[in-house]
Amino acid sequence: MNPYIVLGLLLMAVLAVGAWQQKKKARLYEISWGHQLRKTLTSRSFLLQMGGFVAFVVIWELTVKVFSLPWFNRLPGPWECLLEWLSPDPAYGISIYTEDYYTHIIYSTYRATTAFVLATLLGVPMGLLMGWSRKFYDYSFPLVELIRPIPPLAWVPLAILILPGDEPAVIFVTFLVAFFVTALNTLLGVESIDESFFRAARCLGADKRRLLFDVVLPGAMPFIFTGLQISMGAAWFSLVAGEMIAAQYGLGFLIWDSYSLIQYPVIVIGMATLGVIGWISSAAVRSVGRKLMAWRERELYGS
Amino acid sequence: MNTAEATTPPPVCRAGEGAMSIRKVGKIYDPEGVHVVALNDCSLEIAAGEFVAIVGPSGCGKSTLLNTIAGFDGLTSGEILLDGEPLATVDKDPRPGPDRVVVFQHGALFPWKTVLQNVTYGPVVQGAMSEEDANKRAQEMLSRVGLNDIETAYPGQLSSGMQRRVEIIRALINNPKVLLLDEPFRAMDTVTKSASHQYLLELYDATGKTIFFITHDLEEAIFLADKVLVMTTRPGYIKKTLQVNLPRPRQYSMLASEEFLAMKAQLVEAVHEEAVKAFEAGEREMA
Repeated sequence: MNPYIVLGLLLMAVLAVGAWQQKKKARLYEISWGHQLRKTLTSRSFLLQMGGFVAFVVIWELTVKVFSLPWFNRLPGPWECLLEWLSPDPAYGISIYTEDYYTHIIYSTYRATTAFVLATLLGVPMGLLMGWSRKFYDYSFPLVELIRPIPPLAWVPLAILILPGDEPAVIFVTFLVAFFVTALNTLLGVESIDESFFRAARCLGADKRRLLFDVVLPGAMPFIFTGLQISMGAAWFSLVAGEMIAAQYGLGFLIWDSYSLIQYPVIVIGMATLGVIGWISSAAVRSVGRKLMAWRERELYGS
Repeated sequence: MNTAEATTPPPVCRAGEGAMSIRKVGKIYDPEGVHVVALNDCSLEIAAGEFVAIVGPSGCGKSTLLNTIAGFDGLTSGEILLDGEPLATVDKDPRPGPDRVVVFQHGALFPWKTVLQNVTYGPVVQGAMSEEDANKRAQEMLSRVGLNDIETAYPGQLSSGMQRRVEIIRALINNPKVLLLDEPFRAMDTVTKSASHQYLLELYDATGKTIFFITHDLEEAIFLADKVLVMTTRPGYIKKTLQVNLPRPRQYSMLASEEFLAMKAQLVEAVHEEAVKAFEAGEREMA
């Protein structure tokens, strides 16, 4: 398929999503769709947002292609990268039509998801326990604070030595970063809970175990989900770093490999893909959070 | 020196539970360090079904007294009896319970639970009622105070007046012996406040629970209570006891009666003295 047709289709998809969201908003404010659309398109914040995008692309094109500034002139321009990405017959072997492209995406997504899920399953209970039990806090917090500042990449050699093979090692360093973010945000969430809620629950007959499930967990929920969003982002950045050092597939590997092979447009394709996937994963975490915290949604926006 | 026992019986005397006897209670925070004496030899008697209001300058230990009764805080001397049984002593670990439920200054409805889940929380968590029975009972109680359409709402969607009303129902569903109210109407505007007084009085007249009410609003104290106690500045004890002999149900017209104003004048004087002392003590601490 012609890349221009794909580009057109992509553009239409973006417009359709935008239009659908405006329709939802129009229903919320009880005004007509056309009215809402006009309001958005002429709003200052929308124009500024679009302006930001346009400025970014224009500066890129100017520095790289038009003025060809020293050092910048080796880089590919935005248009060139876009066409390579959408080309059925890419010059460097990576585009949305090639199987390799998806192999890299699947590897990275699999690693990031595994690490994120493990970090959530272990980090949330860890944070809750630290907030709930003074004893456990004293026992674990100094240790956590000592280990946490060690940058994830410093763990790579040890991880490779301890764990069987590169694959678990990359997942491990990714997990580690996400784990600390999740655990500490959960702890912060528990500490943010107003003492009155604990007192009220105890007055009403709750024992320590019920406090954990009825006050600590729901009370920390907003912070937990903020933490999960950050942990998702942190997982991606340490994953890519790990993949650059010790992996055979994945977007980090792809970016580094393309650098070695002087296939510069592929670097940009890899980076842009990371941007899109990262955005989608954060949005997914956010929407799960919204579902779980209906009370907060309604508090903020009304029923 | 500082005990002011009630000599006359309260105007509304109800047989039943909830008589409280607070005997020479003392509370010292951080005895080895800063040594803050919050309560010293604080004694008072509360009859079953009596509505008692405690007033005093801020920081005088009103809330400390409430916390020791509620079981959030231990005491360092004296004892508190509830219906003749020791509730809090020096040796006993403080322990809150559904026989004396607190309604908090800033409200403590769980924002993550609906109104109905909030109200049924006590009976369900204690295993006192099945969830079904608790729901039925809660609906009954809510509709009696005109709150039947908000069961599925979250507290954040309600006005502050409604929130506080739900919180009082959440306390009453446990059939407590004593209701402990810690400046529950403090942050309200005048209109909401007077409406809140009205429904609290209605609930009090209907249930006959003993009420321990902390406030710094003197008019509120006289208008609601059978007995108003003035607390001294730290270390806190009961300095003055004022019997309020206004008939129940209370009417707003009473607020302008001569009797009411005379009582208010007495309280203003007593509290003012303490406020000045507290202010001077504060000055000394600053210097």
